[in-house]
Amino acid sequence: MARLIVDNVSKVYAALQKGQDDVLALRDVNFTVEDHEFCCLLGHSGCGKTTLLNIMAGFEAPTGGKITLDGNVIGPPHWSRTMVFQDYALFPWLTIERNIAFGLEVKGVPEAERARIVAEHVKLVGLSGFETRLPHQLSGGMKQRVAIARALAVDPQVALLDEPFAALDAQNRSLLQDELVRIAQATRKTMVLITHSIDEAIKLSDRIIVMTKRPGTVKANIVVDIPRPRAEDDARVIALKKQLRALIADEREVELA
Amino acid sequence: MAGVTGAPRASRVAWLTRWATLAVLFVVWEIVAGVWLPKGRPELATLLPPPSAIAKAAVEMIGSGELLMHLWQSLRRELVAFLFALFAVPLGIAMGWWRGVHEQIDPIVEILRPIPPIAWIPLSILWLGIGNAQNQFIIFLGIFFPLLINTIQGVKNVEPNLVRAARCLGASEWQILKRVVLPAALPQILTGIRIGFGVGWMALVAAELVGASSGLGFLINDARSLLKTDVVILGMLTIGVVGLLLDLLIRRIAKRVLPWSLAAQK
Repeated sequence: MARLIVDNVSKVYAALQKGQDDVLALRDVNFTVEDHEFCCLLGHSGCGKTTLLNIMAGFEAPTGGKITLDGNVIGPPHWSRTMVFQDYALFPWLTIERNIAFGLEVKGVPEAERARIVAEHVKLVGLSGFETRLPHQLSGGMKQRVAIARALAVDPQVALLDEPFAALDAQNRSLLQDELVRIAQATRKTMVLITHSIDEAIKLSDRIIVMTKRPGTVKANIVVDIPRPRAEDDARVIALKKQLRALIADEREVELA
Repeated sequence: MAGVTGAPRASRVAWLTRWATLAVLFVVWEIVAGVWLPKGRPELATLLPPPSAIAKAAVEMIGSGELLMHLWQSLRRELVAFLFALFAVPLGIAMGWWRGVHEQIDPIVEILRPIPPIAWIPLSILWLGIGNAQNQFIIFLGIFFPLLINTIQGVKNVEPNLVRAARCLGASEWQILKRVVLPAALPQILTGIRIGFGVGWMALVAAELVGASSGLGFLINDARSLLKTDVVILGMLTIGVVGLLLDLLIRRIAKRVLPWSLAAQK
């Protein structure tokens, strides 16, 4: 089970200097990510979505409210909540295999078991044949596949993805999105992904949380039950896109006002 | 090495022109010191021996084993001092990682660091007498501080997301230090070792000039008192060449153990 409940979460950053105001990054954020659900947090940059993801991972603590995973309040970082970073954050001195094995090694998983899990995840992300390469020998898309495999290999309850495809070119991005849908369906993992791309959110999500700009609050909580694969010319996809555009466009006006 | 690319012939020409000035210089030196000075100003000829005389001294001293003996004494001091100076690595990691440790140790480091190793020679002779221990202490100071400063910097420059990634994958504080911070800082630690070896090598010669009865520094100072200028220059050249070789060796090792690091390619 992996039911993630964001319960009235607020985050205030204290002013760094005298005379500055405290920054309210998140205000009373409430939503629930159900078990096996793929949830996208959609919003402009500066809406606090990264802060929220960092709180889920345990890198930061909320100043108000709490996040629970299956009823337990989350604490410091733990392998039950792994993260995929926009800049991949692979260990450059470790081979692809050893990168994927990292979490298993620090967890003390026996070697035979470890090798089996690593091989399984190499296959899952389609990197067979690249096991002994070093990260710098791989393209951006392949690096992100490694990062996804590494995050899933420890069998977390929820995988957190921080704009994982933002640094990729359009073609690779689209390919990796399809792959992620396949991986999410194959592993049935609960996932939370941050994006500012409406298309990406529609392609991936079971649930889309649209966030407002500073302070970040939940503007809309939309369950997407359009069957996959989702064609761009599907009427339901077009309607959803319109709806999301309107929600996001509002935000831009708020920003200008 | 500068790029020796292009057609083999063009590269050969480039190679020749690269050494042309140096070759001309040697020829001029040989003529001035070997032919002109002995005729015109014989009293000065001893002060500037020609390259051929130095080469002759080299052959003799290598043959007798004397040069290698002094070289070995110097190298051994450098190596022993280096082993002690390696303590800078754990200390630097601790200082780079824990703010409290940095706050406590940094003032001490900042006071001691600007004192050149050579300035320690008088005090160290009083403390340790003349000999290996005193020499090694001076070299140790030369290696220790560059290594420490580079280690601290290396730790501070570790990508925060690497640490976060390790953390959320379940690594403990100790595992993060050992498996992430140390390897991530290693390129800069190796830079520190390179700089330290260089500074240490320079300090070594100074220490041996004053407080040793063997080693390359001793050799050139001893030869000076006997007015054997060919041996003085031979000793200097040996110090230079060995210093260069040490640096190349460390770079070779860095390339080998850090194939992933850009710093190792330089």
